[in-house]
Amino acid sequence: MPRTARAEAGTDTKTAISKNAPPPPASEERTLSGWGRTAPSAARVVTPDDGNGVLASALLAAGPGDGSRKPGVIARGLGRSYGDAAQSAGGVVVDTRNLGRIGQIDPESGDVEVDAGVSLDALLRVGLQSGWFIPVSPGTRQVTVGGAIATDIHGKNHHADGSFCGHVTSVTLDTPTGVHEVGPDADPELFWATAGGMGLTGIITQARVSMRKVETSWMRVDTERHTGIDSLMDGLVRVDGVNRYSVAWVDCAATGSRLGRGILDAGDHATAAELPAKRAADPLAPPRRRGLRVPNLVPPRIMNALTVRAFNEAWFRKGISRAGQIRHLGGFFHPLDAVANWNLLYGRRGFVQYQFVVGDEHRAVIPQAIEMLQQAGAPCTLAVLKRFGPGDPGPLSFPIPGWTLALDLPVGPAGLRPALRRLDDIVAGAGGRVYLAKDARLEPEMFAVMYPRLGAFQAVRRRVDPEGVLQSDLGRRVGICEHAP
Amino acid sequence: MNDAFGLPNSVLVLGGTSDIARALVRELVGGGAKKIVLAGRDPTGLAAAADEAKEAGAASVATLPFDANDVDRAATVVDSGFSAVGRVDLVVIAVGVLYDDEADERDPTRVARCVTVNFTWPAAALSRVAHHLREQGAGRVVVLSSVAGVRVRRSNYIYGSSKAGLDAYARSLNQALAGSGASVTVVRPGFVRSKMTEGRPKAPLEVTPEAVARAIVKGIENGSEVVWSPSAMRPIFFVLGLLPEPLWRRLPL
Ligand SMILES: Cc1cc2nc3c(=O)[nH]c(=O)nc-3n(C[C@H](O)[C@H](O)[C@H](O)COP(=O)(O)OP(=O)(O)OC[C@H]3O[C@@H](n4cnc5c(N)ncnc54)[C@H](O)[C@@H]3O)c2cc1C
Ligand SMILES: NC(=O)c1ccc[n+]([C@@H]2O[C@H](COP(=O)([O-])OP(=O)(O)OC[C@H]3O[C@@H](n4cnc5c(N)ncnc54)[C@H](OP(=O)(O)O)[C@@H]3O)[C@@H](O)[C@H]2O)c1
Repeated sequence: MPRTARAEAGTDTKTAISKNAPPPPASEERTLSGWGRTAPSAARVVTPDDGNGVLASALLAAGPGDGSRKPGVIARGLGRSYGDAAQSAGGVVVDTRNLGRIGQIDPESGDVEVDAGVSLDALLRVGLQSGWFIPVSPGTRQVTVGGAIATDIHGKNHHADGSFCGHVTSVTLDTPTGVHEVGPDADPELFWATAGGMGLTGIITQARVSMRKVETSWMRVDTERHTGIDSLMDGLVRVDGVNRYSVAWVDCAATGSRLGRGILDAGDHATAAELPAKRAADPLAPPRRRGLRVPNLVPPRIMNALTVRAFNEAWFRKGISRAGQIRHLGGFFHPLDAVANWNLLYGRRGFVQYQFVVGDEHRAVIPQAIEMLQQAGAPCTLAVLKRFGPGDPGPLSFPIPGWTLALDLPVGPAGLRPALRRLDDIVAGAGGRVYLAKDARLEPEMFAVMYPRLGAFQAVRRRVDPEGVLQSDLGRRVGICEHAP
Repeated sequence: MNDAFGLPNSVLVLGGTSDIARALVRELVGGGAKKIVLAGRDPTGLAAAADEAKEAGAASVATLPFDANDVDRAATVVDSGFSAVGRVDLVVIAVGVLYDDEADERDPTRVARCVTVNFTWPAAALSRVAHHLREQGAGRVVVLSSVAGVRVRRSNYIYGSSKAGLDAYARSLNQALAGSGASVTVVRPGFVRSKMTEGRPKAPLEVTPEAVARAIVKGIENGSEVVWSPSAMRPIFFVLGLLPEPLWRRLPL
């Protein structure tokens, strides 16, 4: 849906048009929230067709205001972060959906130049045509390259390949002090601050990503069923040594000796030789396009303790220990993408995801967290456990070596909020942290403890954005945006 | 910013010495609210309320003088409240007076005062609060109405009608704010044991300011448009609302 830049008369009363200034871009006032659908806020949304001058044009859309407050500008990809990262109350949100060009993939290096609004779905479909896969894949394909860099996403291969920004060789960043071309060798300080910087160092317009060579779009997968948390965690450690990809699903409803039972998947890309005859004809078949949608009318409170228990029980029973299955990468990496808008199932109040990481020596925090939420009467619909390898230099990048657990939690039970505050204490006390891409509730004091290199990040921000133009609700809430009311 | 549960970091209270508001501030600060601005008319009372908020764990507490009889200054007071913290996540309007005896009814000055403090000043302030919240693109207002305004009765009709006006105004404002990121929660307590009701005999279904505060927090978390406290007031007033006028008049309320 291309838009042309034009001044909107009448409705956009805030925009004063001076004689020589370019006209403000088309914009609309919208209420935005993240994937968890909590804490919505309203902002002016611009949807540029071109990466050139995006920030300047966004500022024009803000108009002069009443002078009491600077409008905060933030980029937004596909809104798959769970909380308030890609929104800026009372400010301007730059929707990158139309920045969608994908360059030629270098047949030697696998490097490709892409616009920031390109989705990983689009990128991997183009890539698979010539045998290239994305270097790191989150649990959904529906995220943009800009979002992947700004949160420095990790995948099931973190223990082997690190996070997304380790596979990015350059980034074009539009900041209040101009456009910067940065990379691990060009202004590494700004590059790494942007990796996991939650959009608060500038608007990424383009990036160069190194793709991974694959022979097929299929995965060779081993599945193991474990009846308790210790065996599950030991299993993860064991398979990580020999598999590029691994992940465990944990049944958080199980208690007692079965606490933390779960299913472990590990594997790697299948080679052409490993494909069964019926797959060999089309070894690089793309993922199926999703067909299902949640209807508009969802009965209230269907995500409750009962349904959660039944769902987890069924999932656990379905997971039979098997070695060497051949599964399509779509189902292996992105099982949830089968239903487009499944987040609506959580109803009006939405849900939060609590994802944290703690070091190896604090593995006891994993079962402790599950137990605390059980005691608080807060059902957990989905829990995913993984191990991280070494982190990268990004001061706000989430991964550090150890255990990471991601818990989907419907908002509603009175005990949830206090339980998560106590969990913050435990995670921070263990030298761990929560993932900002999933967060919707962390408090500034806790954030500063969990991310001790916040000061280094803020120093970079002062260099490229001395007036604090770049702001998001998350940045204000956790105190990244200094003195930003 | 409000968190995923709708709970605020910064709070502006208009009527900061109110017993209900103090209990609410303690509850919110206990839940993590950090920046508090208390506006009121009595400096000593304000200082005490401020100390209490700090003790509960608030990082910063500012106070601000205002008199709700001075309608012309309502916008200025609201502006100062907002500029004291920059961004306000939650505004609480708790100012109110109870004028309901026979002498009050016969005194035009007191009638005017009651309507001014309970309705005119809050309405003017709310209009300015709405302006700021629209600019912010987010935020919530909690307005202390009363069951007395739901169906006004003979025994406290001055107070009741002033609350009825405020209640209708605040709920309509909530509609007007649709799509702005801001919203209004109207609170309808029954009989609350507070400064306002000091010396009055025990009432049926009487609640404490703390109970009202907890109900308000729950309402904020739920994103409720209306909060009743105690919750039994809702079905009771539903039934009372159905009574035909002649019957209603004969009830000893
Ligand atoms: C089902 C599901 C599974 C997930 N699984 C994983 C997982 O396995 N691993 C993982 O790491 N994450 C995972 N995520 C989180 C997701 O990968 C990140 O939140 C990602 O950032 C979303 O990308 P987006 O394009 O939707 O960005 P948005 O949510 O729109 O934005 C996220 C952040 O990126 C910034 N941003 C977006 N575009 C730009 C740009 N062009 N320039 C500068 N900043 C920008 C925004 O300002 C914001 O701070 C999952 C999310 C879902 C819904
Ligand atoms: N108590 C109940 O039974 C009950 C029931 C339903 C609704 N309510 C409502 O709940 C709200 C809070 O009441 P409460 O029970 O907490 O009683 P309260 O302690 O008496 O609170 C009333 C507040 O209004 C302030 N106020 C009164 N006149 C003012 C003026 N001219 N200028 C500035 N401030 C003024 C008071 O300030 P001072 O401290 O300086 O007097 C006090 O802060 C009120 O709106 C009340 O109508 C109460």
